[in-house]
Amino acid sequence: MNWTSFDLWIVAAGALCAVACALPGCFLVLRRMSMMGDAISHAVLPGLAAAFLITGSRTSLAMFVGAAAVGVLTAIFTEWISRFGNVDRGAAMGIVFTTLFAIGLLMIRRAAGRVDLDPGCVLYGAIELTPLDTLTIGPLDLPRVVVVMGVVLILNLAMVGLLFKELRLSAFDPGLSDTLGFSSRLLHYLLMTVVAVTTVAAFEAVGSIIVIAMLIVPAGAALLVTRRLVPMLLIACGVAAASSAIGHWLAVEVPSWFGAEATNSSGMMAVAAGLLFGVAWLFGPSEGVLTTWWRRRRGADVDHHRGPGPAVAERR
Amino acid sequence: MWWNRSSVPLLLALLTMPCAASEEGFDWTDVLFLRTHNTWVVVLSTAALGVAAGMVGSFLLLRKRSLMGDALSHATLPGIGIAFAVMSVAGGDAKCLPGLLLGATVSGVLGLLVMLGIGRTTRLRDDVAMGLVLSVFFGLGVAVLGMVQRLPDAAGLESFIYGKPASIVLADFHWIVSLAGIVTVVSVLLFKEFKLLCFDDGFASSQGWPVLVLDVLLLGMVTAVTVIGLQAVGLILIIAFLITPPAAARFWTDHLPTMALLSAVIGGISGWLGASISALTPDLPAGGVIVVVAAAVFLLSMFLAPARGVIGRWLRHARLRQKIGRQHLLRGAYEILEVDQSRSGAPDNHAFPRGELQGKRTWTPRELGRILRREARRGHIEELADGRLRLTEEGFGEAARITRNHRLWEMYLVTHADIAPSHVDRDADMVEHVLEADLVQRLEAALRKQGAWVPQPRSPHRI
Repeated sequence: MNWTSFDLWIVAAGALCAVACALPGCFLVLRRMSMMGDAISHAVLPGLAAAFLITGSRTSLAMFVGAAAVGVLTAIFTEWISRFGNVDRGAAMGIVFTTLFAIGLLMIRRAAGRVDLDPGCVLYGAIELTPLDTLTIGPLDLPRVVVVMGVVLILNLAMVGLLFKELRLSAFDPGLSDTLGFSSRLLHYLLMTVVAVTTVAAFEAVGSIIVIAMLIVPAGAALLVTRRLVPMLLIACGVAAASSAIGHWLAVEVPSWFGAEATNSSGMMAVAAGLLFGVAWLFGPSEGVLTTWWRRRRGADVDHHRGPGPAVAERR
Repeated sequence: MWWNRSSVPLLLALLTMPCAASEEGFDWTDVLFLRTHNTWVVVLSTAALGVAAGMVGSFLLLRKRSLMGDALSHATLPGIGIAFAVMSVAGGDAKCLPGLLLGATVSGVLGLLVMLGIGRTTRLRDDVAMGLVLSVFFGLGVAVLGMVQRLPDAAGLESFIYGKPASIVLADFHWIVSLAGIVTVVSVLLFKEFKLLCFDDGFASSQGWPVLVLDVLLLGMVTAVTVIGLQAVGLILIIAFLITPPAAARFWTDHLPTMALLSAVIGGISGWLGASISALTPDLPAGGVIVVVAAAVFLLSMFLAPARGVIGRWLRHARLRQKIGRQHLLRGAYEILEVDQSRSGAPDNHAFPRGELQGKRTWTPRELGRILRREARRGHIEELADGRLRLTEEGFGEAARITRNHRLWEMYLVTHADIAPSHVDRDADMVEHVLEADLVQRLEAALRKQGAWVPQPRSPHRI
């Protein structure tokens, strides 16, 4: 295929979203909260609907604030239900997000006459259209999504950079983190806020499926390759960026095999991330399925004596 | 059974009237006309679905895998798209429901296998495996739908995501009800095995049960429920069917069969009520209403259920706190009397200043005042005119008994658990409030055997 600047902008937007999600995603995965991204991205629907019904406009800012607020509320409600009600956290999450999503659907349907909100649009986004909506900054004519996601990425980078040791501590040992004076609950809510803001910013642009995938899949792949946090973050970002490019290529190329036209890039970006995860799963240098099998077959289990490195995710 | 078909919807209409009546332009004839065959099909299938999902969901909840349903339901999307494309290319009826559901099942089972594979061959945890399968499969599904959307007749495939119960026809109804029935029957037949799997899978495998097979079977049933739920409530809201009713039922009981039954009932009722409300009201999609009804049941259960509900637990906690405060007060008073009389043997009851009691424990004056008032009401203690306090006859006896329990436990800990006498007060404090009469007797027996027995043991430490 011929890559035009159009394609490049799509890939750039996807990569920015993906990397912005992969950063907090690593901590979500380490904190066993991988499903939070999925929960938040479904739960924001009533926030979007309410923002629209209240302000009567589809300006991004109101929608953004409404959605992000509901996103944080999802985390808070989940926490409340699992703590006060003694409910398993996964179940609490499921109850909260399905209920919020249902309320959102009802709100949209009730106001169908006035609202031009398509739940499908929220979920899939329209990454293919990103290059059409541009902002002019100085001499540059950048797609709005690229600008927005660039800002979000910088914010996330800043958060991870500034709070690196606190986040690391509270991810691995919340108890110690609390005793040392870094409230792990506060950090939890901070992380949830970041996830909510990232989710909302990204899926207005590219659809929630990228967000859900990029929060989990790159971090999971990185975790299979390394046991150290900093390499994990770097690898996750690399996987995220790569899956954006591969995904777009797949979206253009694969349908032509079946004689169809190009398909949804964001879906394919998730698939590409899954493929990269599969590669890490099978060929990971120290614990890939095939690598281990091959090593065992050669009977040279040399690594056995080296022992595991500093455990990144040993606490099961 | 003519009455069955006509009286129940009337009841339903009455039940849902407040909701429906608040609608603008509400017309009773609408309700009358909706009482048709088709509404029945919809209502009954959602109810059957609720029963099956509630049943299977109980096991999922106890296995702490509630969100597996989430992952599995998302994983069905590519199958739907591919099945549609294949059937469309093959020239058949591209929207033939069994075909679509077969595709959904295949890709759901694939997702399930990937999930279990990740769990077994890597050190990633369940949540990562679920999130991964969910997002990658859903992404694939979106991409496939994107590819097939230009095929003729593709509109409406997306109704599988949000559900469209009104489109259920009689043929689907048979499918749904029989599959839901099979799932329910299988979970009843394998109840014992699933119970073991939920509570102790390690034990199950050590006893020779095929844990992996059971796991696959359980999740396979989840897939089945998800697939039949796709049309009724859509792939996002079927998750609520799998999670919310069991979680609500969990508040009412600690007994698994009761919980599964209750959860099935709650699921059935949510489906039934939700579908009827939505049928009686314009512009309310059934999937959403069903989930909101289930969530309302959950919230009610969470607060009101006596066994594990928030209010019940809070009340029990408050009652225990009161009891502990009362016992502390009486023991404090008794120990004051004991110190005064330590040289002359058994303490006798006399008045003592309030300040002394205040110094016995770290309680605020207000707290002490509150406990004092409560005890005065029970006739255990009285405040004299000069502001001093005195135990009543009854209170004195109660205080002696409480102090004795405390001392017995302390002695037991010192003689049997080798706890230093200077440390024993705190430890005894943690259990003495829940000592039952027969436990006290056993303590007495144990101490008597040790020769450490005295009618009212002295404190092993300085009071």
